[in-house]
Amino acid sequence: MRLAVEDLAFGYPGKPVGEGVSFTVEPGEVLCLLGPNGGGKTTLFKTVLRLLTARAGTVRVDGESVAGWPRPRLARTFGYVPQAQLTGFPFTVREVVLMGRTAHIGPFAVPSRGDREAADAALATLGIAHLADREYTQISGGERQLSLIARALAQDPRVLVMDEPTASLDFGNQVRVLTQVETLAGRGIAIIFSTHDPDQAFLCAHRVALLSQGRLVALGAPEEVITPERLGAIYGVSVVIAQVEGPAGGRTRVCVPSLARPVAY
Amino acid sequence: MGRFPVGPTSLVRLLAAKATGAPSDLPPAVETVVFRIRGPRVLAALAIGAALAAAGAAYQGLFRNPLVSPDILGVSAGAAFGAVLGIYLSLNVIAIQALAFIVGQAAVAAVYLVSAFLRRHDPLLTLVLAGVLIGTLLGSCVSLVKYLADPYNQLPAITFWLLGSLSGLTVRDLLSTLPAVAAGLVPLYLLRWRMNVMTLPDEEARALGVDTGRMRLIVIAAATLMTAAVVSVSGVIGWIGLLVPHAARLLVGPDFGRLLPTAMLLGGGYLLAVDTIGRTIAAIEVPPGVLTAFVGVPVFVWLLAVSRRGWQ
Repeated sequence: MRLAVEDLAFGYPGKPVGEGVSFTVEPGEVLCLLGPNGGGKTTLFKTVLRLLTARAGTVRVDGESVAGWPRPRLARTFGYVPQAQLTGFPFTVREVVLMGRTAHIGPFAVPSRGDREAADAALATLGIAHLADREYTQISGGERQLSLIARALAQDPRVLVMDEPTASLDFGNQVRVLTQVETLAGRGIAIIFSTHDPDQAFLCAHRVALLSQGRLVALGAPEEVITPERLGAIYGVSVVIAQVEGPAGGRTRVCVPSLARPVAY
Repeated sequence: MGRFPVGPTSLVRLLAAKATGAPSDLPPAVETVVFRIRGPRVLAALAIGAALAAAGAAYQGLFRNPLVSPDILGVSAGAAFGAVLGIYLSLNVIAIQALAFIVGQAAVAAVYLVSAFLRRHDPLLTLVLAGVLIGTLLGSCVSLVKYLADPYNQLPAITFWLLGSLSGLTVRDLLSTLPAVAAGLVPLYLLRWRMNVMTLPDEEARALGVDTGRMRLIVIAAATLMTAAVVSVSGVIGWIGLLVPHAARLLVGPDFGRLLPTAMLLGGGYLLAVDTIGRTIAAIEVPPGVLTAFVGVPVFVWLLAVSRRGWQ
């Protein structure tokens, strides 16, 4: 499905965070959201997901506003991978992933065999089937993040919203998550993810949005949006962008910051 | 066991006689003890223990905290104040029960209103704080009534009731309590999968398709109904709603579909055991509310010390 965010203003009661944000994500497209800490990325995501009420503007899926949608319908459309936090109870990883099926289950029902199979399939896709019977509270941060992605996958969403899915992951797990992002997009899911690493945008995003102080300062192809000037302006560091040949042969770009005195743009 | 011993063989003969309708050759006092006093008391202990444990399991899931108890919403304090007020006003038993129930529900409503008024980013924390506030206020109300009560007639009755006791229970008490307990239990069991999702942070549960506001309302209403119904007949018996669900979780894990029946079985068995010990350990009866605290406090300290996850 096609996600369209139109002139969205977002924030908390009495505390606006951002406004005038518009973008679209097509099925199978990956949009990477970059921006400094406190720039409003998480708040924007929560508003798109209707976990926060939009102060103005509209979120549309295939042209239809989601404003009046009941929770289960929203949950069957939007998958959400939040930043991993601990829950208080020692559910197994399989149970956590099964919770992703909730919107497909009647309010008084329990997961069916089909739901269990969907959960196991999601675990297998993420390569963490061996964790299924471990306690969610006992696994590592990276494994927890992968479990949350599996849960969102079990949700069978059309749009996947991932809030810093690679934060707190080691290098190997970061690459594995980005590989998953590419695979899921290949299935026709529209994906938005936020990150602090511009190189990830070069690796797997079709388009990049730069969010700073609650406003979109740039939106477009990674090579156009991520420039030394823009990164200098929003992060206050000087950066060189180099083209390198990747291990599989294709060319990609990387950002190399300088530790010298920050430049004033 | 107890002050009027009835041996197992007598009990079996009596039950057989009752079941076949044949006259029994046992003294009529035995029949009175078994069917009018001990029988209802045993059933009441099972039902009350199960109801308190079920309500505790529901509150713990809802508040995402394995160490909270049904008391946090001011339910017990509200029901206690209602009953104490009823005793002070010399109302009859049914009216006392009704008053306990009404004030218990009103206490939860007040907690809800106060927390809505104080609304901050963390609605659950606000709810707990509001529960503490209302509970303290109701505790003062109870003290005020005790201060005003007739010290020879009413005060002993109030104190006795506040300690929690199963000794005065009749079949009629039991019959007036069970429907309310069942009415609270049915939605909790039906919503057992949603209850698992409710243990996630609020925004995650909503993102997974659960209307958390409505769920919270239904679960609190159901658990409160059960708590108020049993507190109104047995007095305040603490600690069961806190410790038993925890023990059940250690046994069968946190899945609510398994946790709820396990907690009910353990809760019923635990209260029956405590009550039986209470009425046999000494020449006078030790109220079960006192014994559950004697057992509960050390176990709670131990739980705090060994809890891997601690307060969440």
